[in-house]
Amino acid sequence: MKYKSQKVAYWFFAFSMLLLVLQITYGFIMGFARIGFDGLHEFIPFNTARAVHTNLLVVWLLSGFMGAAYYIIPEEAQRELVSVKWAYVQLISLAVVGVAAVIGYHFNWWEGRKFLEIPRQLDYLVVVNVLLFLGLILATLFKGKRKTTTALVLTMGLLFAALLYLPGMLPFDSQVTDSFFRWWVVHLWVEGVWELIMGGILSFLLIKLTGVDREVIEKWLYVIVGLTFLSGILGTGHHYYYIGVNNIWLIVGGIFSALEPLAFLAMALFAVNMYRKGEKKHPNKIALFWTLGSAIVSFVGAGLLGFAHTLPQTNLYTHGTLVTAMHGHLAFWGAYAMIVLAIISYALPNMTGRKLYDSSVGRAAFWMANVGMIGMTVAFGVAGVAQVYLERKFKMDFMEVQAEISIHFVVLILCATLFTVGIIMYIMDFIKHGKPTDEELDLESDL
Amino acid sequence: MLSKKQARAFFLGGTVVTFLIFIGLTIFSLSKGQDQTNHEGITEQVVRGKVLWEENNCMGCHTILGEGAYYAPELTKVLDRRGEGYVKAVLMSPVPWNPNGRQMVAYGFTKEEADDLIAFFDWIGGIDLNGFDTVVSPLAKDKIERQTKN
Repeated sequence: MKYKSQKVAYWFFAFSMLLLVLQITYGFIMGFARIGFDGLHEFIPFNTARAVHTNLLVVWLLSGFMGAAYYIIPEEAQRELVSVKWAYVQLISLAVVGVAAVIGYHFNWWEGRKFLEIPRQLDYLVVVNVLLFLGLILATLFKGKRKTTTALVLTMGLLFAALLYLPGMLPFDSQVTDSFFRWWVVHLWVEGVWELIMGGILSFLLIKLTGVDREVIEKWLYVIVGLTFLSGILGTGHHYYYIGVNNIWLIVGGIFSALEPLAFLAMALFAVNMYRKGEKKHPNKIALFWTLGSAIVSFVGAGLLGFAHTLPQTNLYTHGTLVTAMHGHLAFWGAYAMIVLAIISYALPNMTGRKLYDSSVGRAAFWMANVGMIGMTVAFGVAGVAQVYLERKFKMDFMEVQAEISIHFVVLILCATLFTVGIIMYIMDFIKHGKPTDEELDLESDL
Repeated sequence: MLSKKQARAFFLGGTVVTFLIFIGLTIFSLSKGQDQTNHEGITEQVVRGKVLWEENNCMGCHTILGEGAYYAPELTKVLDRRGEGYVKAVLMSPVPWNPNGRQMVAYGFTKEEADDLIAFFDWIGGIDLNGFDTVVSPLAKDKIERQTKN
């Protein structure tokens, strides 16, 4: 750690871990409800559990991205954050908005729009919170000694993510138009600007972990984010095939969605090649596992499994089925959850001074979480494909099909248990690192 | 070999061009002439139905236009499949509707609210979904075909 203010990141990461545990808990509530154990229905019906599960995901990832930015930007800009006090204010306000939203969901206080359930009143608070965050990051970057590509791409991702929240706040009378602009937020976040954030964090980690020249890494970073936008922006079309808008999106969405895996393939090849090329062997093996893991799993989960159902001919049958949940789980895990866990694994030893670089708990956490999540993805996939055939080809009734596929949710819960054990081990390692300390300041080291 | 400057130009150029095309296509597909939704048919009652749909987070379990949570049935063609009476009974039920063991929240809507939601479903059911309407609810399609034969 080179700057005292980087310590702020620790608390954002800790908040992330807390929400991750809650997110998993609500996932289990849904899993059990699907196999008939819905004893909590009266207090936490499925729609509440679902809104909490997906929103907590978004908030813990955002908190992780913010923590990453507070850690990375001072180091890249070579100066302290402009204000540590305001960064803490921002964290607390983020926590207040998050907690208020989650509690509200239990009392039917929400907007009922998939992924953007946060009630309108809280939306304004989100905007203020994000503006404060961006103000701190931009001011630090602007006043800094240098403006690196890594820092610019990361900041651009965060800035665009904030701007793209706005179309989701426009009111429409038509469900179709509503849905159309909801995807401007959701799709252009996860298949657009969030990839900039991921790319920025990945580039920072590769520079630190492999020792490859910054110029080389940052050049490829531009190529990757270029491919992301080139395919991802018009790839939004795959959400517009069958929601009641012009069929021109079938062609545009089909072609550009097919290109989307290229960006993730480039990311995976880039990470692996930089690792091979690198002469420096950083002792933090756990961070390296998560970094390379993120690049590879995101290619499989977001790239390949996304492509598995974005061709219009396939999507005609898979749209609105569990096939989407299959892709969603591995994509979010690989691309965003794993990159946040990577930057945490890298930053923690530097902030706290406990060099748990290669603990057996840390390694086991990586493998168990990944194997568990891949198992969950397969369970969702089998359930989804069976649902497509039974319901849409053999015209069986929805609930009859649900009864047929419920066995796959037993498998899902078993795999989710393995995943959870992995995450608990990761958090045990997190806690074992202890609190951040100023004694770890080290301007000379490039670790 | 590609230079960093060229890589940046590729990123900025590609982004600007595709974004402009995206905006153009958005304007085109939302223009009046391209309407597939019978936009004129969105009455105040339909809007009230949509508000109820959102306030109660129905897509937290159901799907509509193929979007939602896959825990409860797709409702795009629900009126064709089940008929208005059945749907109304579910909406107004004071106890949790419980078909095949999976519970729905007992919303206990008033008659007016149930009518608003029915109007909303009715408008949704008429949207041209580029062929998805025949796949999404095959049972509804069969029912309609049988009715027309009779």
